[in-house]
Amino acid sequence: MRTDALALVLLIPLCAAALLGALPGYRLTARLNVLAAFATFASSLLLFAVLPASGDYLIVDDLNKVFIVLTTFVAFTTSVFSASYIGHEIESGKLRPGYVRFYHAMYQLLMFAMNLALTANNIGLMWVAIELATLTTVLMVGLYRTPEALEAAWKYFILGSVGIALALFGTILVYMAARPIVGEGLSAMVWSVLVAHAANFDPDLLNLAFVFLLLGYGTKVGLAPLHAWLPDAHAEGPTPISAVLSGLLLNVALYALLRFKMLLALNPASIAPGPLMVILGLISCLFAALMLYRRRDIKRLFAYSSIEHMGIIVFAFGMGGPLANFAGLLHMTMHSLTKSAIFFAVGHIAQVKGTQKIADIGGLTASNPVLGWGLVLGVVAIAGLPPLGIFMSEFLVVSSTFARSPWLAVLLTFAILIALGGLFLRLNTIAFGEPRGPVKPAQSSYVPMFAHFAIVFVAGIYLPSGLVAGFTNVARLLG
Amino acid sequence: MHGLTFDIAHMLAGSLVLLSFVQLYQDRLTALINVFAAHAIVLAASVAWQAFVQGAPHLYITAAIALAFKAVAIPYGLRRIVVQLGIHREIENVVGVGLAMLAGIGLVALSMVVMLRVTPGADPLAREDLAFALSIVLLGLLMMVTRRNAVSQVIGFMSLENGLVFAATGAKGMPLVVEISVAFSVLIAFIVIGIFLFRIRERFDTVDVQALDEARGERP
Repeated sequence: MRTDALALVLLIPLCAAALLGALPGYRLTARLNVLAAFATFASSLLLFAVLPASGDYLIVDDLNKVFIVLTTFVAFTTSVFSASYIGHEIESGKLRPGYVRFYHAMYQLLMFAMNLALTANNIGLMWVAIELATLTTVLMVGLYRTPEALEAAWKYFILGSVGIALALFGTILVYMAARPIVGEGLSAMVWSVLVAHAANFDPDLLNLAFVFLLLGYGTKVGLAPLHAWLPDAHAEGPTPISAVLSGLLLNVALYALLRFKMLLALNPASIAPGPLMVILGLISCLFAALMLYRRRDIKRLFAYSSIEHMGIIVFAFGMGGPLANFAGLLHMTMHSLTKSAIFFAVGHIAQVKGTQKIADIGGLTASNPVLGWGLVLGVVAIAGLPPLGIFMSEFLVVSSTFARSPWLAVLLTFAILIALGGLFLRLNTIAFGEPRGPVKPAQSSYVPMFAHFAIVFVAGIYLPSGLVAGFTNVARLLG
Repeated sequence: MHGLTFDIAHMLAGSLVLLSFVQLYQDRLTALINVFAAHAIVLAASVAWQAFVQGAPHLYITAAIALAFKAVAIPYGLRRIVVQLGIHREIENVVGVGLAMLAGIGLVALSMVVMLRVTPGADPLAREDLAFALSIVLLGLLMMVTRRNAVSQVIGFMSLENGLVFAATGAKGMPLVVEISVAFSVLIAFIVIGIFLFRIRERFDTVDVQALDEARGERP
C-alpha cells in the first residue's frame, strides 16, 4: 500500500494511453477515458491516506499533493466534458474517427506527463516530463489540421521548445552548483538532497540558473513577453485541450518554477527570486488585461484572461510570505476550476453557434439559457466579483500586498479592474441582446461545468478548515 | 588539467562555436544542412573526448547517438525533405548577414562575460565549456529568430540542442538519465517537426513560416 497510490497515479494514465491508442470506436474509448481519469483521481486521493516513501526519482510531499489532486480532478471533469464534445465533433464531421483514437491516447499521455512532472524528485526527470507534456499538447493543438491549427501548433512547438531548452540549461547549471557540495552523480539532481544542501551552493551559479529557469519554465507558464504561443494554442486546439492547458499545464510549469524558487530562498547569498517574479507577474497581468479589449475570438479572450491570472498568481508567489503564498495557492486552485469550467461552456457555445467569432455570437441567455447563464456565472467568477472564490483569493493577494508595498497593490488592482471591464464588455455582446447565429439546443452535459462553479461558489463563502490548514502548511513551506 | 587534454577539449569546443557562426551566414538550405552535419560530428568528437578524459564510458553512448542521429540520419532526412519540397533556393534572411554576425559576436561576448564571471571556483575546463555551451545555445536562438524558413528554424533549434548536450557532458558526472533523454527528445522533436513540415507542405505552398502568419485567426 505504501507506494501503490503513487504508482497508480502514474501507471493508470500510461496504461490507459496504450489501451486507448489501440481500441477503435469513440463511444467506448470516450467512456474508458473518463473511467481512467476517474481512477487516477481516486488514487490521487489515496495519497492523503498513506504518504508514499520518496526515492531518488519520485517524491510526494505536502506541496505537490495539492497540485496532484487538483490536476487529476480537473483532468477527470474535463474527460467527462470531452466525451460529449468529441461526440459532437464527430457528428458534425469536424473530426475524423481515426483521429479520436489518437486524441484519447494523447490525452492520457498528457495526464501521465503532468503527474510525472509533479511527482518527480529529480530535476532531470521533471524536465523530461514537462518536455513530454509539451510534445503531446503540440500534437493535440494541431489535431484539426486547419491552417490556423497548424500555425498555432508550430508556434507553440517552436516557442515551447526554446523555453524548454533554456530550462534544461538552467537545470544543468543547478547541477553544476550542487556538484561540489553534494558530489557527482544522481544525488546532485535529487530535490530532497538539493534542498538539504542548498545553503552551501555557489550563489552566482544559482542566480544564473534561476534566470534561465524563469525564462524557460516562464514561457510554459505563459508570462508576458514570452506568452505568444498561448492564445493561438488555446484558440485553435480542441476545447477540452484549451481547458487542460489553462487549468493544468500552466500550473505544472509554475510548480517547477516554485520548486526552484524554494531552492534559491534557502541560499542566503543568492539573489531574491521574488522581485523578478513580481515584475514578470505584474507585466503579464497588465498586458493581458489591456489585450482583453480587442479580442474578436471567444477562446482567445479567455486565453488572455489566463495570462492575466497566471500573472496574478506569479505575482503572489513572488511577494512571498505565508499570506501571499496562501493567496497564490488559493488563486491558482480557483483559477483552474473556473477557467476550465468557462472553457467547457465556450466549447458547447462554439458548437451550437458553429463559430468562435464573438461578433457572430449573441443573446445566449435568450437562446440557450443554461449555457448563457453558465457563461455569465463563469465570467462573473473569473472577473473576481464577490461572493465567488476568485474574489476571495484576489482580495487576499491585494490586501497582503498593501501591507508591504502599497504601490504594487495599486498597480495590481488597476490591472484587475481593467480586466474586469474588458471581460464584461465582451460578455455583454455574447450573452445579452438579440440572439445571433443559429439557435438550437446544445447537446451537452452540464455536470462538469456546474460542479466546478459549485466548488468555486462554496469556496468564496466558506473554506473547510482542513483545506485552510493544508494550504497554510504549503504556504509556509514555500517561504 | 594536463596541457594536451585541455587543448583538445578547447579546440573542439571552439570549433563548435565557429561552426555555429558558419551556420549563421549560409544562404542555401543544402549547405546549411551540411554545416549542421559537421556541427554534429564535432559535437560527437567532443563528447567522446569528454568520455575519455572523465573516464565515463556511458558518455560514448551519447557521442554515438549524436553521430548516428544528428550527423547522419537527420541531415539525410532533411535533405530529402528539401528535395521533395523543391526548396533549394535561397534562404530568406530577416536581417542581413553582417548584422547577424555582429549580433552573434555580441552574444558570444555576453556569454563569456556572464559565465566566466560567475564560475571562478569551478575547474577551468568546466567553466570554459559552459561559456562555449551558452554561446552555442544563444547562436542557435539567434539563428531561429533571423530565419523565416521552417527548415532553417529547425536546424537552429537542433544546433541549440547541440549546445545543451555539450553543456551536459561538460558537467562532470551528470547522470546518464538526462543525456539519453536529451538525445531521445531531440529524436522525438525531429519526428514531430518532420510531421509538421509535411503537414505544412500539405496545406500551404511554401514552408515559409511567414505565410503561416497570414493564415492566423485574428488578423483582419
